[in-house]
Amino acid sequence: MSFAEGKKLMATSAAGDKAAIARPASPYVDDVIRAFMIATAFWGIAAFLAGVYIAFELAYPSLNIPPWFNWARLRPLHTSAGIFAFGGSALLGTSFYVVQRTCRARLFGGAALGWFIFWGYQLFIVLAASGYLLGITKSKEYAEPEWYTDLWLTLIWVLYLVAFMGTIIKRREPHIYVANWFYLSFIITIAMLHIVNNLALPVSWFGAKSYVIYSGVQDAMIQWWYGHNAVGFFLTAGFLGMMYYFVPKRAERPIYSYRLSVVHFWALIFLYIWAGPHHLHYTALPDWAQTLGMIFSVMLWMPSWGGMINGLMTLSGAWDKLRTDPVLRFMITSVGFYGMSTFEGPVMSIRPVNALSHYTDWTIGHVHSGVLGWVAFIVFGALYHLVPILWGRRQLYSMKLVAWHYWIGTMGIVLYITSMWVSGIMQGLMWRAYDNLGFLQYSFVESVVAMHPFYVIRGLGGVLFLAGGLMMAYNLIRTMRGDIAEEAAAAPRAAATVPGE
Amino acid sequence: MRFRHETIEKNVILLAVLSLIVVSIGGLVQIIPLFTIESTIEKVKGVRPYSPLELFGRDIYVREGCYLCHSQQIRPFRDEVERYGHYSLAAESMYDHPFQWGSKRNGPDLARVGGKYSDAWHVAHLKEPHSVVPETIMPPYAFLAESELGYADIAERMRTLRAVGVPYTEEMIKNAAADLEAQVDPNGDTKGLLARYPKAVVASFTGNPKRITEMDALVAYLQMLGTLVNFNDYTARDLQQ
Repeated sequence: MSFAEGKKLMATSAAGDKAAIARPASPYVDDVIRAFMIATAFWGIAAFLAGVYIAFELAYPSLNIPPWFNWARLRPLHTSAGIFAFGGSALLGTSFYVVQRTCRARLFGGAALGWFIFWGYQLFIVLAASGYLLGITKSKEYAEPEWYTDLWLTLIWVLYLVAFMGTIIKRREPHIYVANWFYLSFIITIAMLHIVNNLALPVSWFGAKSYVIYSGVQDAMIQWWYGHNAVGFFLTAGFLGMMYYFVPKRAERPIYSYRLSVVHFWALIFLYIWAGPHHLHYTALPDWAQTLGMIFSVMLWMPSWGGMINGLMTLSGAWDKLRTDPVLRFMITSVGFYGMSTFEGPVMSIRPVNALSHYTDWTIGHVHSGVLGWVAFIVFGALYHLVPILWGRRQLYSMKLVAWHYWIGTMGIVLYITSMWVSGIMQGLMWRAYDNLGFLQYSFVESVVAMHPFYVIRGLGGVLFLAGGLMMAYNLIRTMRGDIAEEAAAAPRAAATVPGE
Repeated sequence: MRFRHETIEKNVILLAVLSLIVVSIGGLVQIIPLFTIESTIEKVKGVRPYSPLELFGRDIYVREGCYLCHSQQIRPFRDEVERYGHYSLAAESMYDHPFQWGSKRNGPDLARVGGKYSDAWHVAHLKEPHSVVPETIMPPYAFLAESELGYADIAERMRTLRAVGVPYTEEMIKNAAADLEAQVDPNGDTKGLLARYPKAVVASFTGNPKRITEMDALVAYLQMLGTLVNFNDYTARDLQQ
């Protein structure tokens, strides 16, 4: 769906309303949030599509179309679309929604600042993505955009901080709600990481090329200090903010433990920053730094599970809603995946385990159990929850379709991560295998050949996940238009089923 | 006065400042010492800035995202050392802005690929990887041999690198274009080039010294990777960090 269509939908949603509920007059800046919701769904599908394509490029290399669509030019496009375009739009949009509601205050800077941040952020995405295809890259993973794009993002990010903090400052609630702590620490930390990691000197003010000011081992450390905390703060802290608002809302239950949220907030943001060196085990990074990275990564398990427990246990007394509400099912499953990947992560950060897993597809599988299972699922939950509210609809177009999306998405993730576990461990074992005579048993290319079936399975998993995304887009568009599928009327029947004791 | 977390929850400036302090500590402890502890970068001879042609090759390597499939970091394991060569030193990437260690091996490590294959093999492999490795999944890069290398800004590139710490001398920068042209012409005068950049591989990589392509630059870079340090001169003890 294009943005133009989206705007039209937003404009027409009040008129011609089949659901016969006018959008409630809101004291908040909601137009910007609606735009972010549309952008989230749009970029999500773009990211899944790019992922599916590059997955199949590894299985069938003839899909490479040089130079623009070669694997290595598309790969940053996929990761940036997933993290920054899809995840970022979701974070910015939901944070504006949450901060206004929990502070009972209109967005600082009003619609004008909100719209500037929206379009500025979309411009960042387009500048970054077009650069990748043209070969404009700094080559720092997840921080590939060149200096001019980085500068632009810095401006937008500072404005985002101003809008977010300004709203909290003029709040009419005495307390700052826990979701906002997480959003705030995410915004501040990403600013710090982005600025420090991307410091570079352009070759010319009129050209795209620049050289990063750091080199070698120091650059590696700074890059993974950034890289791991892009995961820790962009993909975790920010989304925990989302969890802390939407899970209790949807479950209609208070957060399980206030004390736990305080402890795990400070522990999480303190420990995460130290974890970067586990990306550099057994490299030329000095051992003391590697050891610190490993120890803190293992400790990180605790605050991560503190967050998971707080999210899951919020459902105590309302577990039956999992059966009747597929939207809540998305959210709770995402918290489950969060728990799973934050256990797997510390395991992989232990040096002897990392000796096997590093450089293999196991890492890729681990990341995707986090980004598909945790990040994308909590976003899907938030989108399904928010779109009816923001467009003033009584309900979603079709709950049945949400349930289908849930199952097809979950199947996709399972195919993805199991195939990458098997192929990653197999790859690691083949590289270190010796024959009876003491020679390396396999040439490198033999390990490549052995990967093929798993690459195909992974690609199919991606297709399922993409199909789920398309179902969601359809469902959301129909919801925005005010349509309600026939079967929605039958939903209460399921709710009325008496649980077997 | 007893501390109450409520104080922080009611003051956003305090919350922001405390968060910033808490998230800064880990990075400061891990990053700053890498710039100050002298043994972080091993004391070895031979590591030098890239020759102008190699530098362009490296920039093309970055542009095409080669690091996404090929690491340049050999770990100190028996299998890696036997497969790829001596484990990588921090010193070997000290002039890499940014580093190219990579994080994934869809293809083999390239830290010491220099000299392992002939120039002709590299050109054929880059043009059509299947032609020399039938099972490969690497994309073709034939277009590199078609695109002429634009090196008008070589001096600016070297000056920028000098500004961030690469020891390019005024002489190196002055001779940059001439050195670049000399490296693809085995019949020309390469004395100055080899004095400034020892072990630079001089060859007409694609067979036509009159037409320097991106392929020439990339192969020149690949052919020097990992060749600068002579490991016979050092014991494991010398290389301790």
